[in-house]
Amino acid sequence: MAETTTHVAEPTRRDFLFIATGAAAAVGGATLVWPFIQSLAPDAATVAAGAPVEVDLGPIAEGQIVKVFWRGKLIFVRHRTAEEIKAAQDVNVATLRDPQPDSARVKPDHAQWLIVYGNCTHLGCVPLGQQGEYHGWFCPCHGSVFDTSGRVRGGPAPINLPIPPYTFTSDTKIVIGQEATA
Amino acid sequence: MSQHATTYVPKSAFGKWFESRLPIASLVHSSFIAFPVPRNLTYFWTFGAILVFMLVAQIVTGVFLAMYYTPNAAMAFQSVEHIMRDVNYGWLLRYLHANGASMFFVAVYIHIFRNFYYGSYKAPREVLYILGVIIFLLMMATAFMGYVLPWGQMSFWGATVITNLFSAIPVVGETIVSFLWGGYSVGNPTLNRFFSLHFLLPFMIFGVVILHVWALHVPGQNNPTGIPIKSGKDAVPFTPYATIKDIFAVVVFMLFFGYWVFYMPNYLGHADNYIPANPAVTPSHIVPEWYFLPFYAILRAIPDKLGGVIAMFSAIAVWFLMPWLDTSKVRSTAYRPLYKQFFWVFVAVCVLLGWLGSKPAEGWYVVVSQIATAYYFIHFLVILPVLGFVERPLPLPNSILESVMGVQKGGAGMPAGANAEPQSKG
Ligand code: HEM
Ligand code: FES
Repeated sequence: MAETTTHVAEPTRRDFLFIATGAAAAVGGATLVWPFIQSLAPDAATVAAGAPVEVDLGPIAEGQIVKVFWRGKLIFVRHRTAEEIKAAQDVNVATLRDPQPDSARVKPDHAQWLIVYGNCTHLGCVPLGQQGEYHGWFCPCHGSVFDTSGRVRGGPAPINLPIPPYTFTSDTKIVIGQEATA
Repeated sequence: MSQHATTYVPKSAFGKWFESRLPIASLVHSSFIAFPVPRNLTYFWTFGAILVFMLVAQIVTGVFLAMYYTPNAAMAFQSVEHIMRDVNYGWLLRYLHANGASMFFVAVYIHIFRNFYYGSYKAPREVLYILGVIIFLLMMATAFMGYVLPWGQMSFWGATVITNLFSAIPVVGETIVSFLWGGYSVGNPTLNRFFSLHFLLPFMIFGVVILHVWALHVPGQNNPTGIPIKSGKDAVPFTPYATIKDIFAVVVFMLFFGYWVFYMPNYLGHADNYIPANPAVTPSHIVPEWYFLPFYAILRAIPDKLGGVIAMFSAIAVWFLMPWLDTSKVRSTAYRPLYKQFFWVFVAVCVLLGWLGSKPAEGWYVVVSQIATAYYFIHFLVILPVLGFVERPLPLPNSILESVMGVQKGGAGMPAGANAEPQSKG
């Protein structure tokens, strides 16, 4: 910038104004972009629609998987059989891609209920229940395999099926979208 | 046609008045009438015109579809069925638009491989070529978002899988994805914004096409010999030679296009997309449109989420580097005996990847995909640079004229010196 004036060592008034104008334009531009970007985020109505949902576990038979939606996202509610629970617990956690014991994925005393998000952690397809090598889930899209704890055991999925926030309000009722307030 | 004037002189008084205010007539004259075209161009050089035609066709059919289409998750599927059943000639508009997208990609792939074969991406046409790659990326984005609009099962799950690619980005991935969706999953806000962008992007493509043609008119067209125009005898004027040839090629292409539209309009689509979007069930076999299959195969070849996404984007990013990765001084593959073989192997590998992309990702398909993916990158990163040093090219003809007429005096051409390439390696 100094070249536009003459070769003086001291910054001139013009240099100062030039930099100040440039800085103001940059800050102004960035400020203007902010609301446009922000408008793309989930809007107030979408966030409000994320109110907790109640699920009655009573009608869900052993071995059955029920699909529910919370905040537009699919959630599996799985009533696990005794073998399925045992298979999930008898795993050397250290060998897993995303090491987590089964006990960390269910609520205490409710090991028969597995509640996980229903979209594959690879690219979001819905895995098929009771299928694949571990009879947990198998994703038809690119072949990810999950066990009866919803943990990834093969294929391109990087992590286990995540657990949504939920709490038992009674032995046969859960509320999804609400963490237990002890 | 050598008597054609190379500079435009308006004849009428109005023409002169207008020309001194907006010299558009002389621009058109110098770019599309008197412009010198190598006399040896083949039909591979008509695909530029075919692509312009397809872009206009997509915009015209698209604007009419937009009059009857409803971008709302609850109504989109119905509105497309309404177009198909109730709107007068709605079936035709939609079939032209849906198959038009495929035809657009048929033409662009031929155009791209024409570049690869004749070395059109090399100096002095690097910027022209890079603009072309940008157009291709915009086309992919446009076609992807268009395919989401009918809101069938493939629309929904295609949108889910492709937007989820961005979740592979460490740390900010999940946030980016929710900003793409405008929610916690693909839903109504996603459909709305995709419609808005699907409407906008073709006009942006149009803008880049203008830059692309502008950049073309600086060095002029490449040709099957790869050597530049050296004298007027090497060239013919754009009009009538290229104009008529381009129009003829467009008409032939329209016959090909019409065959799909009228005889097998759903062949290139997926039956699953006639099932309304269902967020609880993924179709048992999801595949993208045929024109994305090679890239999809590369994505699935890598057994790691982030790695697969990086490989897929790199497969196109590497095209940007091609002018510098190819070290050969000779443009046209016709004079590169070794590269010619590698070129056809590369074409075969691309077709193979496309076929693999349509197969389920299991068993030996995965292994072959991995080998083909490795070869794809080796072609660009190893074969192209190394061949330039080790290959002995065939002798080049002295001129374009000589290449078509043999070493003797030829017929009519352009006035001497009408066009000379600024810098040439040929
Ligand atoms: C680069 C140019 C374009 C390409 C490659 C393209 C591609 C596509 C594709 C693949 C579809 C899905 C067709 C189907 O399966 O039903 C589609 C749908 C649609 N496009 Fe385009 N499109 C282009 C330009 C436009 C423009 C300029 C507009 C509007 C001004 C437009 C409006 C629509 C509408 C309303 C639909 C939904 C109706 C339907 O699905 O048939 N398109 N587009
Ligand atoms: S989406 Fe499940 S494996 Fe890719």
